[in-house]
Amino acid sequence: MYKYNDFDHAFVRTRVAEFRDQVDRRLSGSLTEEEFKPLRLKNGLYLQLHAYMLRVAVPYGTLNSRQMRQLAMIAEKWDKGYGHFTTRQNIQYNWPKLKDVPDILDALADVSMHAIQTSGNCIRNVTADHFAGAARDEIEDARITAELLRQWSTDHPEFQYLPRKFKIAVTGSPNDRAVTRAHDIGLRAIKDSEGSAGYEVLIGGGLGRTPMIGKVVRGFLPKEDLLPYIEAILRVYNLSGRRDNKYKARIKILVHETGIEELRAEIEKEFLTRKAEFPGINPELLQAIEQDFAAPIFNKLSVDNHVARVAHDKEFREWVKNNVARHKIPEYAIVTVSLKPVGGTPGDATAEQMRVMADLAETYTHDELRVSHEQNIVLPHVPKAYLPKVYDELKKAGLATPNLGLLSDIIACPGMDYCSLATARSIPIAQDIAKRFDHLQLERDIGALKIKISGCINACGHHHVGHIGILGLDKAGVENYQITLGGNATEDAHIGSRVGPGFSAEELVPALERLLKSYLQLRESPEETFYKCYNRLGMDPFKEALYPHLKPKQIKRDRA
Amino acid sequence: MARKFLPKVITSNHLLEGDVIYFSTDGEWVRNISQAAVFLDPETAHRKLDEADLQRNIHVGAYLADALLDDEGKPKPVHFRERFRTLGPSNYFHGKQAGN
Amino acid sequence: MSKIVRDYGFDRNILTVEDFISLATLRQGVEKPVRLDLGNDENPDGLQPYFCWLEMIRIPFPDFNDGRGFSLAKRLRQLGYEGVLRASGYLIADQYRMARLSGFDEIEIDDLLAARQPEWLWQSQVIKKKLSYQDRLLKTG
Ligand code: SF4
Repeated sequence: MYKYNDFDHAFVRTRVAEFRDQVDRRLSGSLTEEEFKPLRLKNGLYLQLHAYMLRVAVPYGTLNSRQMRQLAMIAEKWDKGYGHFTTRQNIQYNWPKLKDVPDILDALADVSMHAIQTSGNCIRNVTADHFAGAARDEIEDARITAELLRQWSTDHPEFQYLPRKFKIAVTGSPNDRAVTRAHDIGLRAIKDSEGSAGYEVLIGGGLGRTPMIGKVVRGFLPKEDLLPYIEAILRVYNLSGRRDNKYKARIKILVHETGIEELRAEIEKEFLTRKAEFPGINPELLQAIEQDFAAPIFNKLSVDNHVARVAHDKEFREWVKNNVARHKIPEYAIVTVSLKPVGGTPGDATAEQMRVMADLAETYTHDELRVSHEQNIVLPHVPKAYLPKVYDELKKAGLATPNLGLLSDIIACPGMDYCSLATARSIPIAQDIAKRFDHLQLERDIGALKIKISGCINACGHHHVGHIGILGLDKAGVENYQITLGGNATEDAHIGSRVGPGFSAEELVPALERLLKSYLQLRESPEETFYKCYNRLGMDPFKEALYPHLKPKQIKRDRA
Repeated sequence: MARKFLPKVITSNHLLEGDVIYFSTDGEWVRNISQAAVFLDPETAHRKLDEADLQRNIHVGAYLADALLDDEGKPKPVHFRERFRTLGPSNYFHGKQAGN
Repeated sequence: MSKIVRDYGFDRNILTVEDFISLATLRQGVEKPVRLDLGNDENPDGLQPYFCWLEMIRIPFPDFNDGRGFSLAKRLRQLGYEGVLRASGYLIADQYRMARLSGFDEIEIDDLLAARQPEWLWQSQVIKKKLSYQDRLLKTG
């Protein structure tokens, strides 16, 4: 794991002191609210519906036990005893007070953490594959690139006042677990025909009001060109991105309106100017980062007790089947801790649960934890020999729900329970869906399914790329939910299609029940997942299930 | 035809605490909508909003929200967003509904 | 009236509109050193031959949220411009460091802002210039 050096420490402390001073200046009137707002946002502080919200960066989702314990401490001391893990691999606190925030930031700095650039129109916290360093299919650990980008983008003087926010995601594996095609820049580690390492660079992906899948801007970018090339993209965007309309200000709109060819030419031109005087990265610094991400020393313990437990314990077997993934070392496994208990709030963990996960990481799993964009926590290196113990501890803490990748492993944004931009709630919808299908005992039968819920068109809940996407809207003063089908967040990223008119909160769960029951009828075999079945049959049969009383024509009209 | 004007209250979030507040009849900020001043015509509502807006060292982002009067003549929120703002989130018993 | 913010503190601004020419005028040719007003949406491509005639380039910040000027300054520096770069308009003290690191030498602000954000505040930003991840990442020498 990356370890802060003296510079990192000094930088983060300076930023905390600076923010403390900015808060004072806001109170004294030296800074207006308009001026203060971008400054507080750059330090992760939003003003939400009922309170401030602090979004803390967990760079590329990686943290250690000490950091997790500090997050628990902060939750108890300055918040209401819990935190919310988000689709951006961050943690959010829903109830901090403005006057306490500088102290919270100092407490974060104590464990090499911060909230810098988790919001605002700047380069946001870089995200990466949550299985990095553990995955079998990996070409390289994406976090080396992500950390380099973290340092480069932090307080970059040129890019603090961009037209809009800017998100970068990195994957080191061909299986894209970082949704790189839905980011402003997506980087995928690849090798060229001669075997040298580099990246495929995608730009212009994004969800929100105008969902778009990223396009390849450079098929192969040699490693050493990364920073000048990214700077070129950002500079072209900063100078030419639209500033007249918030909803048209992301780089995806620039790609769309300019065309990828022309934009590519501009970027390449800027790149050549930049590269001509780019001195290269300090090799010592790069090496230090690489060393910090060297794999831990794996102990190859006997897997006998794990095998025995699998054989006789059905519940354990179920959990292993769903929540445990293959590790690059055969004696190891990757455990995903579900933060989606039936009826709970997706992504929430209490301080107590955070401590349990921290203890497990420290005792059994090389002291590492990850936050996934699916709002779960990953223990990336668990010797199989310890799986039974880890499971028992998780279960005691209510953290062993065996639902990974299943219906109740729902992504849901905070929605109108917290978010001031929301048009409807999303959390209660997630809770109702999970409870209903738990009651029906259909989840296991339905199998692999991704439901994603957003409380407004900004799509923080990634609804466009859910197999079933749900978007909460305000329809004449009543919460209303639109369904999209057929989205996909993997390397074959795809935007789902809207089916028809929206549903009220009461109608929504019964409609989903009809939809999924008809899937069970329609599928060729239990191996055919909902997503596959949808792709084979198209929308019509599912539309009929959702709208049994509407004639097909009418549905079409309502959709238009 | 112009839509009928609904009574308005002025609401905002407190700068230091972040919580939901309302502008009262005596020009103070209060935490309970039942103590909020109600404006029955657009001119007064906007004039008062300008007045409230001057107190920017106390609050952030004041705006006019629709209100209805209950049997006792006290304002109640109309839109569900405003109703949630008088209560708190629905997944936990936190915020105003819990008395803080 | 306006002030010029420099590393050592405030100065009174002595230049007026007449002291600057537009990009269109510049492209018609010059015979003596001039100062250029460059819009933050104007493209400096092809300006290199004029660089030796330019004493100063002034770039406007219509709003502190509009960061185009930072990229424009950086681009001019990377194209080899070595004269004075001035930012003018609405920048706040908290952006002084960014402006300096992007290549600006000075900032022209109006007296109202100077009253609200006095000299010492801008100067407190000067030392922070050293705390730069970007400089640190690069090979030196
Ligand atoms: S999708 Fe909308 S409601 Fe949900 S968190 Fe994002 S902005 Fe808020």
